Amino acid sequence: MTDAALETFVEQATDPVILTGFVQIIVATALAAIVLGVVYARNLDFGREAVTTSGRGLIQVVAAGAVIGVLLAAHLAWATVVLAFMICVGGWISHKRGGAIPGVFRTSVISIGFGAGLVIVMMTLAGAIETTMRDLIVIGSMIIANAMKTNSLVLDRFTGELASNRAEIEAMLSVGGSPEQAINQYVSTSVYASIIPILDSIKSLGIVQIPGLMAGMIIAGSNPIYAAQYQFVIMLMIFAAGGLTVVINTILISRRVFTDAKQLDGDVLEEIDV
Amino acid sequence: MGPKLEADSLTRIVDGDPIVNSVSLRVRESTVVAIVGSSGSGKSSFLRLLNRLDEPTAGTVYLDGTDYREIDPQTVRRRIGLIPQDAALSRGTVFENVSLGARMRDEPIDGVRVGALLERMGLEGYEDRPVEELSGGERQRVSIARTLYVEPEVLLLDEPTAHLDTAIEAQIEDLLAELIREESLTCVLVTHDTAQARRLGQRIVEFDDGRIVAEGTPEEVLE
Repeated sequence: MTDAALETFVEQATDPVILTGFVQIIVATALAAIVLGVVYARNLDFGREAVTTSGRGLIQVVAAGAVIGVLLAAHLAWATVVLAFMICVGGWISHKRGGAIPGVFRTSVISIGFGAGLVIVMMTLAGAIETTMRDLIVIGSMIIANAMKTNSLVLDRFTGELASNRAEIEAMLSVGGSPEQAINQYVSTSVYASIIPILDSIKSLGIVQIPGLMAGMIIAGSNPIYAAQYQFVIMLMIFAAGGLTVVINTILISRRVFTDAKQLDGDVLEEIDV
Repeated sequence: MGPKLEADSLTRIVDGDPIVNSVSLRVRESTVVAIVGSSGSGKSSFLRLLNRLDEPTAGTVYLDGTDYREIDPQTVRRRIGLIPQDAALSRGTVFENVSLGARMRDEPIDGVRVGALLERMGLEGYEDRPVEELSGGERQRVSIARTLYVEPEVLLLDEPTAHLDTAIEAQIEDLLAELIREESLTCVLVTHDTAQARRLGQRIVEFDDGRIVAEGTPEEVLE
């Protein structure tokens, strides 16, 4: 850590606004405690989980805030390292949804890296993401996190489609179909299912929800119309990154569920069933 | 003349358990070999090895004297067609399912041939019907037409009437008997029904515990 970064971190950590933040957390905790009271009064089972999850969330988010504080003062080159780390973690978390597929961690990292990476680079070159640590880390992480979620959804759906349509896929192989052709419709279904949440978010934009970034910009005093435009750009970036991620990953994993003799790999299907 | 299809010491071991154990079998052109045996005796697993839907752990299959490992698996499956137990139709219409073989290989679809096959199956005019609307017997007829469309040299039938009620089962069996007789088909039929094996098979093979335990004419094996 450079002296400048350390100085920035100490400055941020001792800012009076931190104290205000803790007061706000106490008020919010009091509201959450009301929910917990109801949970205990009605003997619902998730009281303990709610407490531990909230505690964990507080620690994680404060730690993340501190780390972001340090990063904002670091050299711009560190953005690449941080985003690459996020892509690897995103690949690790989401690959478990398709853990039965050989090499799925590697394909997930490559896909998220390509999908999210390409969008971040292109939008930075286009000026939609400023070449500052703040924009690259904050907006970059938003894009990577959404690509990760989309990747999780596509893996979950794809393995489900394989397991429930084995007979249909083998019927297609039996009349001379190639593996790619035999699973084509199931790949399409999986890709579509994985991007439904993003499509619905875009559909409901401004009607059902005012997304966080737009709300934040308005609260911070930005022009609401510009905030809306920028939010739309962000949504499209998320859509593009997620779409590219799942298209790339389904191409990569489709080959891995078949053997060299173009048979559905029984070991993979058995692992999915487990 | 050599056999059309020959299994040579065909073996498949799954989790250390030999589900097909060194099975050798010769099928001559234009003959029907019926395989009988109890559930779990390895009949269907053997059929999947013949079509190379599963990989043999040892042994191989010769098609017209050529080791099928030397032929592209897609070509093997086209030449050795499999009619599965469950019709396993894809979403879409009857026409789309019957012409699946052509669509899978990006070949032009022969609509006249689809129509002729449907007429042969007693499904004239069914082209545009969604397969979800078909009865069990109709689905199995579409499955048979789908396999016949690609004109396989050998037809593998995996308990083709197992999931049908008695009346429909008799209809499908009659249809298969007609097709086999008229087209001089080379078939391997797996069935748990010895009466059906006797009606359709010229040679009978009995499986037990993944092995052939009896082989011969219907009279020799089933009486």
